[in-house]
Amino acid sequence: MRRYFGRKLITYLITFFIAATIDWMIPRFMPGDPVQGLVSRTGGISPEGSAALVQYYNNLFGLDRPLYEQFLNFWISLLHGDLGRSVFEHGQPVTQAIMAAVPYTLALLIPAILLSWWAGNSFGALAARRKWLDNAVLPVGYILTATPYMWLALVLSFVLAFSLRIFPQSGGYGYNLEPSLTWTFFTDLFGHWMLPFLSLFMVMFGGWAIGMRNMIIYELESDYSRYLEALGAPQGLVRKYAFRNAMLPQITGLALQLGVIVSGNLVTEIVFSYPGIGNLLFNAIKSEDYFLLQGIFLFIIAGVLIANFLVDVVYVIVDPRTRVGMRGGTA
Amino acid sequence: MTGVVTGEPKKGLIKGPPGGEATAVPAGRKRGEFLYFALRSRKFLLATGVLLTLIGIAFIGPMVDTNDPLAQNLLPMRPPTTETGYWFGTTYFGEDVFAQFAHGLRATFFVGLLGGGLAAVIGMAVGFTAGYRGGWVDEMLNMATNVMLVIPTLALLIVISSYLQRSWPEARGIPFESVFVGLTSWPWAARAIRAQTFSLRSRDFIDLAKLSGRRGWKIIAFEIAPNMSSYLFMTFILLFGGAILIAASLDFIGLGPTQGISLGLMMFNSFSYGAALLLGLWWWFIPPGIGIMATVGALYVMNVGLDEIFNPKLREI
Repeated sequence: MRRYFGRKLITYLITFFIAATIDWMIPRFMPGDPVQGLVSRTGGISPEGSAALVQYYNNLFGLDRPLYEQFLNFWISLLHGDLGRSVFEHGQPVTQAIMAAVPYTLALLIPAILLSWWAGNSFGALAARRKWLDNAVLPVGYILTATPYMWLALVLSFVLAFSLRIFPQSGGYGYNLEPSLTWTFFTDLFGHWMLPFLSLFMVMFGGWAIGMRNMIIYELESDYSRYLEALGAPQGLVRKYAFRNAMLPQITGLALQLGVIVSGNLVTEIVFSYPGIGNLLFNAIKSEDYFLLQGIFLFIIAGVLIANFLVDVVYVIVDPRTRVGMRGGTA
Repeated sequence: MTGVVTGEPKKGLIKGPPGGEATAVPAGRKRGEFLYFALRSRKFLLATGVLLTLIGIAFIGPMVDTNDPLAQNLLPMRPPTTETGYWFGTTYFGEDVFAQFAHGLRATFFVGLLGGGLAAVIGMAVGFTAGYRGGWVDEMLNMATNVMLVIPTLALLIVISSYLQRSWPEARGIPFESVFVGLTSWPWAARAIRAQTFSLRSRDFIDLAKLSGRRGWKIIAFEIAPNMSSYLFMTFILLFGGAILIAASLDFIGLGPTQGISLGLMMFNSFSYGAALLLGLWWWFIPPGIGIMATVGALYVMNVGLDEIFNPKLREI
């Protein structure tokens, strides 16, 4: 067990190191010069002025030092939790800006992932090899899972918020409210949360339902199911064993899908101007706030890595083989 | 694309007992068998029909409706009518939504082909090499795959593209976007192909090929790949759909191509500049979403249809 987790941890640490290094390299080794880009934004200054500005920025960001020194400094400040300051958030430290957005994102993602996983798996398992239900679940599932997240968000927003006015259009809570521990504030918060949650939930639901349906069919066709059937075991028991076996790839699938889910969350938040990480990222892109952008990238990576590790832990709990063999299953 | 693409090697896909029975079947009969089951698979036929329709719109559409998709020369904010140029209505700026849709579909298929194709090539190269060679080569490639697998593709693409938009604006076209998408979306395919290669590697016919002194890459190309060709094709289909979805998200964030039009860009424009939601211009953002949904959905359904065609265990129902 310790070896299994040790291996996993090392992989994740290496991943984080590589991701952070890519993050550091992008502005330095990509074609073109971001400092030039920054200077060109000022516009209408003399050549001498722009040269001075270039020098100033290079000095400010430490870009005139040797590369190894820049790299070391990057890691030292990263380990101190210092990701620079955000232009968009009026000079606020990037870490602080991200921390203010994280609760919103987590409040969306965690319920959406867990509920859609549970509901999708249950429906998918029910549908497998039951003709009439299968004929209903399968097309709906394929349509949902092929839907771009932002488009479903746009449609929901248009129908339920703009046309029918059942839910508020954008933001995390009403503009006329201050965050407080009152009933009005929480109902308002919940109303704003509903639509982004719903659009995330629906797209993910389709994917899980189809994945589970297909897995169950594979399991029901396998030898152990046939053997159980031949012994005269009741259908319910056979399906129960099939479900438990089909669950494992779905857990691995959850880990593999985390990146896609996070991306879906980013665009959904943008549609609803929901004040989470996605919306912050959108603003960072629009205002070319590179420190904020890079900070968010690192933060997303760290979050996905932690989530992956949690999935690994769950896998060990669910699959006894990993505990006995300690060889790390499929993940 | 959640759940469909779990990268989990599907059981029973590689047929039969070891010994390469599949290769003993004459090629002609095999093709006939494929056609026989393909023409009886409702899923396969439906998906092919949808895809052909979309390809038809993408190619014939711009010939029938010759409006420039970016020209702002029509009456603005018109709902769809039967008049040419107004089939899907017009945008806030007086652009032809149908022309944008047809040209956007072309861009979508282009991204899918180039991005998905590139990802398939990289995935195959990494997966075959890792699975066939084993040992430390496998360890290294597997590590690289796992690292890339965990990094969220879109987040990486966002950081790269937002730097590029200032420092290298020429790189903001659809071809470059496709290449970037392809370079970042191969890992799950590599892992799945590696697992399949692993299971084929120890078969007798591979040993025989080795004994006869064939080179490694020839064994991969002529012994291993043909035996999992159906699996490879299905992997490509899923990568195709995935590339389309990622590119659409990137466009929607505003980091898409600066020249030309794409379905994701239509959604971005309607949402950001056109205030389509506020003004009720639903015909502006509904078509691009349906275009993507139909394309990707048809690809997924085709994938399952092919699975049933290739895998006798799943056929009946």
